[in-house]
Amino acid sequence: MTSSLLEEPQAPADPARQGGSAVSAPRAPTPGRHIALVGNPNVGKTSLFNHLSGQSARVGNYPGITVERRTGVVHLPSVTPGGSPEQRQLVDVPGTYSLSARSQEERIAIDEVLGLNGAPPPALTVVVIDAGQLLRNLYLVVQLLELRVPCVLALNMVDEAPHAPPHPEALTRILGVPCVLTNGRTGEGIDELRAAIARACAQPPQPRVHVTYPPELIRAADRVADALPSSWRGSVERDRALALWALSSLDEDDELEGIPDELRARVLDIHATGLDADLATVTARYAYLDGHQSDFFRPTTAEQGGPARVSEKVDRVLLHPVYGFAAFLGIMLLLFQSLFTWSDPAIGWIEDGVAALQEVAGSVLPEGLLRDLLTEGVLGGVGNVIVFLPQILLLFFFIGLLEDSGYMARVAYLMDRIMRSLGLHGRAFVPMLSGFACAVPAILATRTMERQRDRLLTMMVVPLMACSARLPVYTLVIAALFPPESLFGVPLQGLLMVAMYLFSVVIALLATAVLGRTVIRGRRVPLILELPPYRLPRLASTVRMMTERAGQFLREAGTVILVCTIALWGLLTFPREDVAPEGEAVVATAVVTENAETSLGSDALVTAAEAAPRDRDSRLAQSYGGQLGKALEPVVAPLGFDWKIATGIIGAFAAREVFISTLALVYGMGDVDDEALPLRERMREERRADGSHTYTPLVGLSLMVFFALACQCMSTLAVVRRETRSWRWPAFMFAYMTALAYAASFIVYQGGRLLGFVG
Amino acid sequence: MTLREAPIGRSARVVAVDVDKGGRAFRRRLLELGLVPGTEVQVLRVAPLGDPIELLARGCLLSIRKADAASVHVELAP
Repeated sequence: MTSSLLEEPQAPADPARQGGSAVSAPRAPTPGRHIALVGNPNVGKTSLFNHLSGQSARVGNYPGITVERRTGVVHLPSVTPGGSPEQRQLVDVPGTYSLSARSQEERIAIDEVLGLNGAPPPALTVVVIDAGQLLRNLYLVVQLLELRVPCVLALNMVDEAPHAPPHPEALTRILGVPCVLTNGRTGEGIDELRAAIARACAQPPQPRVHVTYPPELIRAADRVADALPSSWRGSVERDRALALWALSSLDEDDELEGIPDELRARVLDIHATGLDADLATVTARYAYLDGHQSDFFRPTTAEQGGPARVSEKVDRVLLHPVYGFAAFLGIMLLLFQSLFTWSDPAIGWIEDGVAALQEVAGSVLPEGLLRDLLTEGVLGGVGNVIVFLPQILLLFFFIGLLEDSGYMARVAYLMDRIMRSLGLHGRAFVPMLSGFACAVPAILATRTMERQRDRLLTMMVVPLMACSARLPVYTLVIAALFPPESLFGVPLQGLLMVAMYLFSVVIALLATAVLGRTVIRGRRVPLILELPPYRLPRLASTVRMMTERAGQFLREAGTVILVCTIALWGLLTFPREDVAPEGEAVVATAVVTENAETSLGSDALVTAAEAAPRDRDSRLAQSYGGQLGKALEPVVAPLGFDWKIATGIIGAFAAREVFISTLALVYGMGDVDDEALPLRERMREERRADGSHTYTPLVGLSLMVFFALACQCMSTLAVVRRETRSWRWPAFMFAYMTALAYAASFIVYQGGRLLGFVG
Repeated sequence: MTLREAPIGRSARVVAVDVDKGGRAFRRRLLELGLVPGTEVQVLRVAPLGDPIELLARGCLLSIRKADAASVHVELAP
């Protein structure tokens, strides 16, 4: 095992390394039993992971950051000392081009393969290599081998490789580690890979790598190696390679945490000498790889052409200023349309199903608090959760196809110019667009963005997009309060609706620009976007991603939504003194009614409405929710709202459309159908104490503006909580959006009155 | 000449990557993707909205913004 890295260190080794010190720290930590899977992005790593782990995959998170950690179990052909078939844990490390890191996200790869995060390092690392991009992929391999990480190479996508596929035997001979041909799409070579893993676990391969670094770089690396924390240390070669990593990764403003001051100071000292460590290191590694190029390939052809050339031809059309944009608009329209309308029937079935269940439960159980809690609180809450599934599944179906086919990177390419002006990356486009359908799947879709800061910023503004739940509220207010007249030949009502959508886009873009420069500031990150070769998307992996995402949503955000629904039910139900049983369901139904267009529990509503028309008003008024609404009246009065509207807004927290049914309850109305005609009439007739109209067009406008901006959606907050792993960001989101809504409604209402409109 | 001005479709060779314009992380990542001095690179097209640009280097399609492309010095192949 030789390497130029093996030159004797020139700086004196410290006592701890020679084992002479009493506090001598352990050398390289003892490896664990698990296996890590690493590789560049877009090399089919996830497919291989799926083949190796079967159905055992579990998705978790890396501590402290919102990067997924997927683990599974791989069954090996070997047997354990106990005689049972051997199985080991498999960790799918996020795709990376290199081990060097500037941010906590980029650092995951090196922490995982070396066990720098405190956990034991893997027994073996499987590196997935795209045969069509051999040298670039081997760059990562060189880094791993220099660090003496025991590896097995999986040479993937050979079918896509240019004219001459690489030689696995040559790779093994030159690099000293086993290399297996695999095909992540068909599953070919998986058994061979398992066998190679089993062999390598039994007898770790001895990496060989011969990069020739300039002497001054080696001297610098040895100086840095002396400053490495003892828990990071291993063999001399490994320390030197780790020192090169530190030289490339650390500087004054890297975002890495937990780097010892001494190490960073030593690296900065060396940078101050003017040594261009980055250039020297990378150039030397590529010189090594380029020098071996002819050995890696069967006949000696240069690495060129191949899938990139084919993709390049497709790009001529799909990235064309005219056809390309037309295709882009078509695809985005299809995505949006599917979220908006295709999910509708499924949402209807879910709502009908929940309503039927509620009815059954209601007829079986004895009347009383328990029944109401079960039907309105629990079943209603479950309905509130699963109602998001159609849109989540559809969106991730599309995202899966877009990612798999390679088009998602092209979306980022086409939209980068626009998103950049907002301080975001082109990848923010799809989540933003999805926000028009529903913020919940849109927030989940921010996972396609690599940078945590960009994800956070996108999450914070997506709920400002006019989601489909606002539509019924707009429809009601516009139909009730604005005349069906035409303005310059355009119907006024339609114009108002368009204006509300434009308003939401403008505010969302402004909020992005402002938040991105203040609260969620981040340094400008240059874009380097790989446009992967176009590939035929695979249904199996897309479906797998859909179900994984949906399962995660149900498990993690679902519980929060369920609890919130029950809490809100309680808020609008209690205290319940001397209340007639049949009237109780009325108030609570408001919480569970998902959509004004469906009428969950409408029969109960009608019966109750007929039975006790006067009671109801006072009951809701007496509930904690009603009391809160009354308490808030002085606060919302400057916006033109009374306590009834305030109560409606509180009820709408379950879901925006619930505003309509809550309002209907406040006014003692029963069923609210599609047209909501009676409610409209009632709104027009509603008077204040002084006899003036409660709802004027100005109040309607103020109300719509409030709904456009306020964070009236606990499901959104629950998902943000899940994605950011903290209550801080949902709290911030709620606060800033409510403040924004209040200010905007205030300006609209008070400004309108100053201009002489009737308030 | 930098990649920003390099004519579309012409083969060029990387001479150096500036550290001050795109920043150290950008430069390191470009180098790591194989755009080391001497590597052949070609500008394929400019995005419909005028930015970013698409490159072909080492058989790989990459996209970078024009402002960052100005930090990559190239010489045209004869």
